[in-house]
Amino acid sequence: MRQIFDIHGGIHPPERKELAEPGRVHEMPLPSKLVLPITQHIGAPARSIVDVGDVVKGGQMIAEAQGPVSVPVHAPSSGTVTAIESRAVPHASGLTDTCIEITLDGEDTWIDLKGLDNWRETPKAELLECVRQAGIAGLGGAGFPTAIKLASDRDQGIHTLIINGTECEPYISADDTVMQCYAQEIVEGAEILAHMVGAENVILAVEDNKPDAAKAMAKAAEALDIADVVTFPTKYPSGGEKQLIEILFDMQVPSGGIPADIGILCQNPSTAIAVRDALIDGKPLTDRITTVTGMSLQTPGNRRVMLGTPIGELLRDAAFDDKAADRVIHGGPMMGFAVTDLDMPVVKITNCILAPTRTEIPPPQPQQACIRCGMCAEACPASLLPQQLYWYARAKDNEQLERHNLLDCIECGACAYVCPSHIPLVQYYRSAKGAIREAAKEKIRSDNSRARFEARQERLEREAAAKEAKRAARKAAAEARAKSGDDPVQAAIERAKAKKDAQAQTATEEKAQ
Amino acid sequence: MSLMHISSPHVHKPVTSVEQVMKQVLLATLPGVAVLTWFFGPGTLVNIIFGSMLAMGFEAWALWLRGKDFKSPLKDHSVIVTATLLCIALPPYSPWWLITVGIGVSVLLGKHVFGGLGYNPFNPAMVGYVVLLVSFPLQMSSWTEPRGVGEVPGLLDALTALFAPASYDGVTAATPLDLFRQNAGMLFDDLMIAKSELAGPIAGIGWDLVNLAFLAGGIWLLRQRIFTWHAPVGMLGALSLCALLGFDEGSSTGGGSVLFHLFSGATMFGAFFIITDPVSSAVSNRGRLIFGAGVGVLVYLIRVNGNYPDAVAFGVLLLNFAAPFIDQYTQPQVYGTKKIEVDE
Repeated sequence: MRQIFDIHGGIHPPERKELAEPGRVHEMPLPSKLVLPITQHIGAPARSIVDVGDVVKGGQMIAEAQGPVSVPVHAPSSGTVTAIESRAVPHASGLTDTCIEITLDGEDTWIDLKGLDNWRETPKAELLECVRQAGIAGLGGAGFPTAIKLASDRDQGIHTLIINGTECEPYISADDTVMQCYAQEIVEGAEILAHMVGAENVILAVEDNKPDAAKAMAKAAEALDIADVVTFPTKYPSGGEKQLIEILFDMQVPSGGIPADIGILCQNPSTAIAVRDALIDGKPLTDRITTVTGMSLQTPGNRRVMLGTPIGELLRDAAFDDKAADRVIHGGPMMGFAVTDLDMPVVKITNCILAPTRTEIPPPQPQQACIRCGMCAEACPASLLPQQLYWYARAKDNEQLERHNLLDCIECGACAYVCPSHIPLVQYYRSAKGAIREAAKEKIRSDNSRARFEARQERLEREAAAKEAKRAARKAAAEARAKSGDDPVQAAIERAKAKKDAQAQTATEEKAQ
Repeated sequence: MSLMHISSPHVHKPVTSVEQVMKQVLLATLPGVAVLTWFFGPGTLVNIIFGSMLAMGFEAWALWLRGKDFKSPLKDHSVIVTATLLCIALPPYSPWWLITVGIGVSVLLGKHVFGGLGYNPFNPAMVGYVVLLVSFPLQMSSWTEPRGVGEVPGLLDALTALFAPASYDGVTAATPLDLFRQNAGMLFDDLMIAKSELAGPIAGIGWDLVNLAFLAGGIWLLRQRIFTWHAPVGMLGALSLCALLGFDEGSSTGGGSVLFHLFSGATMFGAFFIITDPVSSAVSNRGRLIFGAGVGVLVYLIRVNGNYPDAVAFGVLLLNFAAPFIDQYTQPQVYGTKKIEVDE
């Protein structure tokens, strides 16, 4: 039995995962339209390579990666491109993005897929390119391009790969379902990932509230010598990769760093499957398992959803009672954000759509004064002092915010969950972080313009000095001329001599250069 | 349906509110108030009821003056906690004007001049208490004799004392801490024999039970996670340590035993109900440990060497001053900021 460790803080919100019956995958009927944003990952947007009117097949690339930190987008089914325009997309700040709309023909014809013959013999650079071209971004919720993460081994290399099946957010059971139904594929994917980064150990991490998933994973892990299933007590937010690393290794990822800095790589189970599918079957990422849950749905459950499916369609499939709900949440109740438009599509990071009733998740209570009770500090998994950060955020005191490590806040929401004064703490931190980042950018800008201004000032002074020197020289020469009487011949000789000297000097200077 | 745009987290811990916290604190004072009432009669109870009503009036007035909505802040019960804590600290059968001045100072000067709930740098109840102690020393030291039910003044006497105050010389008596202060030179045991009517097993009749009751209430609050153990343990630990170091086999010029200090006067009340006020204390756990220890040391020093028999209020106010300073040096180690040992 492997020793496990505890993290600071954490909370135990009601889990409510049973609502979506983890362990069963519902297939969705083919939607009529798909809306595919060109940015479903962290990094540079992809660039559309289709035009309105183009006929596309399933698996065909419709937007290509631009720059290193970017991934392409593929058509999840066959049809015609009917629009390429800016639309609302799932995003915490309610942004819009260029979206490719495909009206499906219902045939679901696919391009020919071809996997690698033998991934073990294939050079790693080629494997990385395959992962990238398959459009894979972390499916756990952050959406960081997987190929970049796999290539990010630091000096010491990666010794351990963690398949993070913690899924600590209430309600969500997508990973649980994937682990129960596709354990073998996860382990195959983990083997490929471990091979790609040179990891000697694979840990399949599962919270102890998912015994069926842990059992399935343990059975599948028998096929891989270096893999072990580790279960640990349920507590939010154990699934944050920094927290999970502390639980498993009693080590902390350095502030501002990534797990690779201490030789660890974390991947979501579904991401492992996507990598496996890309390399072995040649199949790009075009669908995912999403938990559709909440008391306002009559048939909640985990669904296999094509990327680009409008959220409204997903809710309709689950028999949504829109009178009972006043918000629909993309993601979980702790870190997810409310969607403002049900036409928004499911994207690569959509692990859950939560449609609670008004009594299930009531509207927020009015904010009261902070009494500095410290419950937030007790709950913070990063050992921050949320009550102090709140004061400084309100005072816009960026210096103190940085001194109190605001940037180490993972925005898990544990502080706001326990706050007796109902202060939306995370909201304050998000906006303060934005302000700090903006101030940093502003500082770079102003530093640059100051440097430019100073350079210009210096140049002007230099030119003025040179002019002044010339003028003085002319004056001196004129005076000398006046003093030495009026011998133009002598003057001419002297001028010629001076010219020669000057030429000689320039020549030596040029030589010196 | 219109979709709400709300930031995460969307769920909140059930039944957690400022109101709930304050209610629990009030509930936890019950055992202590009950024991006080048993030994000293209904004086404290009358203090609390009268004081709370006044406090709500002052709070509403202050909020109105400040142009704030005065209904919802009144519902958070914080001002009742302030009033209750002050009234427990006041001698039973205090006259109405004493309570009024105390509550007025607490609520207006202790709380609202700084911006109301959450903004006060000092413990409001202790601000009121110290102003009264310095201004009206006679009234503030008129504690009745702890006699037990049947021999204490009744409710009618209490109301008379409140609204038509006359001297209660007949029933007032020095507390053990007073005796200790006034009878330097006697052995502690001899002192207790000489004043046999006050002799109790540990720290004088009544007082040890009062302290035990506040300890019980405090431990319940601790278990309810209203505060952490750090400040109380810091204070009681430091006080015990000082008493242990200063103990000289029981002469009353010496410090008094550890148990005497722990169960005398306002020790337990202070440790669990006063220094645990989160607003005016240090914020981190380590900071609160230091904050509590500072109060403990001051309580001992003032009790033994100062001019006042008890010192919780002074200790707390002085450490309130120091709280921001303590905070500056007691930030917890944030995740990932530990220096990693590199094997060279």
